[in-house]
Amino acid sequence: MLFEIVREPIDLRTIENAVLAPGCGGVVSFFGSVRERADDGRAVEGLRYEAHEAMARASFREIADEVRATMPEVRLAIVHRIGALNVGEIAVAVVAAAPHRAEAFAAARFAIDALKERSPIWKQERYCDGERLWVENRFGEERR
Amino acid sequence: MPVVRLVAFARLREVLGEHREIVLPDGANVGDLWEALVREEPRATALARGLRFARNDALCSAEMPLRDGDEISLLPPYGGG
Repeated sequence: MLFEIVREPIDLRTIENAVLAPGCGGVVSFFGSVRERADDGRAVEGLRYEAHEAMARASFREIADEVRATMPEVRLAIVHRIGALNVGEIAVAVVAAAPHRAEAFAAARFAIDALKERSPIWKQERYCDGERLWVENRFGEERR
Repeated sequence: MPVVRLVAFARLREVLGEHREIVLPDGANVGDLWEALVREEPRATALARGLRFARNDALCSAEMPLRDGDEISLLPPYGGG
């Protein structure tokens, strides 16, 4: 189990190694990376993330506790990077390991959705035209 | 009179600054703190929508009383992931 806010590039393999276990035959790794275009089609140069680090880490642990309340065998890692990120770099990684794939998929999906809703992390899109905009997560009609 | 430390994030940080200490009247709550900030910096008014507060790293309501030494975080709508 690993719950971190980091400033360095995310190495997915390291995060996977933190949750892999002999009893876990199904492992789902999700990562979100910086897209070259915003939802409105504008060209993106990069993103800048910031977080309330203590509360964000606590929210990751809380999300994992909720997952394990219904699926106690799931092992989870949640890592979010902050600072300036370029297009293509990994912003967030969620790895869920479980005895079987159904729980692993369900846990990874729940964790990334919950993170977007309740982890105090903020994203500023920096466009190629020089403008910068803080972008909020949307719920309900959000692309999933 | 309680002295609280204020920490603001994202667009609120840009308007209010990252950290500052504020002295409030006895009996003031988190909502009173926000009102005082808005009086001082009217541009913050537009950022009230979806705003959440935390006291010493735990989410709290605007009615939460302030105590000397509290750290109050101003959390605009989230955008992580």
